[in-house]
Amino acid sequence: MTIQELNKIAQQGADLINVRRIVREQAEKLAGNTGYRKQVLVCGGTGCTSSHSLKVIEQLEKSFKELGIDDILIVKTGCFGLCALGPIMIVYPEGAFYSQMTPEHAKTVCEKHLVKGGEVVKELLYKETVHADGSVIPFSEIPFYKHQMRIALRNCGVIAAESIDEAIAAGDYSALAKVLTEMTPDDVINEVLASGLRGRGGAGFPTGRKWAFAKASQGDIKYVCCNADEGDPGAFMDRSVLEGDPHCVLEAMTIAGYAIGAHQGYIYVRAEYPIAVDRLKIALKQAHEYGLLGKNILGSGFDFDIDIRLGAGAFVCGEETALMTSIEGHRGEPRPRPPFPAVKGLFEKPTILNNVETWANINPIITKGAKWFSSIGTEKSKGTKVFAVGGKINNVGLVEVPMGTTLNTIIYEIGGGIPGGKAFKAAQTGGPSGGCIPAKHIDIQMDFDNLVAIGSMMGSGGLIVMDEDTCMVDIAKFYLEFTADESCGKCTPCRIGTKRLLETLTKICDGKGEPEDLEKIKDIAEQMKSSSLCALGQSAPNPVLSAMEHFGDEYKGHIYDKTCAAGVCKSLLNYYIQPDVCKGCTLCKRNCPANAISGEVKSAHVIDTKKCIKCGQCIQHCRFNAIVKK
Amino acid sequence: MTQNLFDGTAEQMNELLSCIEKHKGEKGALIPVLHEAQGIYGYLPVEVQTVIAEGLNIPLSEVYGVATFYSQFTLLPKGKHQISVCLGTACYVKGSDKVLEAIERELHISCGECTPDRMFSIDSCRCVGACGLAPVMIIDGEVYGRLTPADIKGILDKHLHD
Repeated sequence: MTIQELNKIAQQGADLINVRRIVREQAEKLAGNTGYRKQVLVCGGTGCTSSHSLKVIEQLEKSFKELGIDDILIVKTGCFGLCALGPIMIVYPEGAFYSQMTPEHAKTVCEKHLVKGGEVVKELLYKETVHADGSVIPFSEIPFYKHQMRIALRNCGVIAAESIDEAIAAGDYSALAKVLTEMTPDDVINEVLASGLRGRGGAGFPTGRKWAFAKASQGDIKYVCCNADEGDPGAFMDRSVLEGDPHCVLEAMTIAGYAIGAHQGYIYVRAEYPIAVDRLKIALKQAHEYGLLGKNILGSGFDFDIDIRLGAGAFVCGEETALMTSIEGHRGEPRPRPPFPAVKGLFEKPTILNNVETWANINPIITKGAKWFSSIGTEKSKGTKVFAVGGKINNVGLVEVPMGTTLNTIIYEIGGGIPGGKAFKAAQTGGPSGGCIPAKHIDIQMDFDNLVAIGSMMGSGGLIVMDEDTCMVDIAKFYLEFTADESCGKCTPCRIGTKRLLETLTKICDGKGEPEDLEKIKDIAEQMKSSSLCALGQSAPNPVLSAMEHFGDEYKGHIYDKTCAAGVCKSLLNYYIQPDVCKGCTLCKRNCPANAISGEVKSAHVIDTKKCIKCGQCIQHCRFNAIVKK
Repeated sequence: MTQNLFDGTAEQMNELLSCIEKHKGEKGALIPVLHEAQGIYGYLPVEVQTVIAEGLNIPLSEVYGVATFYSQFTLLPKGKHQISVCLGTACYVKGSDKVLEAIERELHISCGECTPDRMFSIDSCRCVGACGLAPVMIIDGEVYGRLTPADIKGILDKHLHD
């Protein structure tokens, strides 16, 4: 393919994509140019397909046939971000946002809205897009989207995820064309350096510097790797980019190959992400067919190819040297640094590794310029960050905001607050390597350095919201269970340290904690931080240290008073039936798996605390809120 | 512990051999071959590891080392219906541990085990990325979301009678 051919595809599809991007009035005018009366976008990401969005698409196709609709385009996209409302369906040019769709709903929308002269079915729209007076607003104006700025996710939920033509029309490969025709490798590196882009995978290392090191390394063979082994449980932005806009990653890796002088790339992707793996394979095939990968890309004489390597479920493989060891076919154990991968990486050759979200920022930096990119964000953290907001929050999903946005904005304005009117307790960032942000820091401006200053870290952008029902000792134990399980065992501080920390925390949760345990935890943590081989061990104590710092009273409560204020740690709780509230309906008794409940019909029941296994079934079944934990 | 007799067919063996042939000589071939071998057999018994070791000319100890390092690979056969409960953070804070306990209670086995009739096996996994539906579990590829322990019995019964 030539650059002219690339530009032609981009121009032909431009209006099709613009209808989905721009404000309604203009979109309605543009729709006439596209050959389609309307476009229906249905999310085909993991979140929505898990709630059966593909059945919604099937129903649309069926209803279209029955109703003779042949001028509406159905587009299966990647993630729109608002996963809590899936399956999501958006109709353009109106921007009508249908949520929690079922095949029956799809049928209704076809019959009432999508037929000629039809009108939006207000009852099925996401409630926040319908005002009290009955007027409908496009989804882009609701709080969840209004406060966001989508750079890395610019095409997710906008383009058909399996169409290279739509990807090109949305701007993919335009940066590659510019790089290959107008820029030298040094220009590319300088642009990335000047943008201030820092790695989005966790450490926040300046991407341009990494590339400059690799370029400076001598050697005829070099590699470009993509870390798509998104291991932080609760972070899913990388998956979303791969599912929604896989070409942007291929393009960015090719640009990096040109910049550092590499001709081969590897994408190391989690096998647990089947949709992402499929879409990547499709994208690779299409890019080859179009000559955007392979020999003589866009007639420039530059060759670059990419292979996929499936991860096999090891958190440590998110660490750069461990990931490379794994691509080489070995146990994914980290190697001591130096030598750094930029000097001696994959197969002992100079290698750069960036994570998916970092790659997703490259195209806009090249096409819009470093100056534009560095105007967004804070002094030392440029651009935007995608957060996977989950846990006790209404709008679970993916949120991309400029660096420096406050946690308060993310949780209350974008995230829609905490369900059930409960109180915000803390947010965990950085997953098992990070720490918690307590309520008193809710106005913190989220960027790399501010988070480190309060004992947490940005990490890959997982943001788990916890309310008053979360026990901070239990959650620290949860993270240590994870890191103890995932420690590769190569170095002693991490292998033994995670085990000992976990044992101590388990002891505290079981009500056997002793005052000296707190000192012991700090002591082990110090040693792990200073002497572990890789970031997994060095950062594994962070969750417990930050929880102890911000919620010290809870730890003391577990140890001195043997109480768990949040009502989580089973050993410190007993279940009771309040005799004055119990109606004697026998439902709890019948559902108790341990036969621990006794009582006659219509008289108060009693739980035998010796038999009780504290499974909580009785509370689940009680219709009168008669059962309490204390 | 019950003895698991290896009962691979000639067809499976041919498939395995051609997979080894395809990847032979490739850099870092072992992990892709293990992935495919597990796809063929459902697990990686020592018999299969031996064939891979010989085919790729790698010591069996190394094949075993890699197969046991990664949580995706299993050396034991799984149940006809494979249950995987997400214990990622988003699911955990929404009570997936209680969901897992309910399954263990219902099937009388622990996480990582298979029922004696080989109908069900339970595993935990770390985040399938359906955090909007937390807590979730997956049975035979189908995702069940917004679970409570009370839902478990009905769902398992449905799969048992499928």
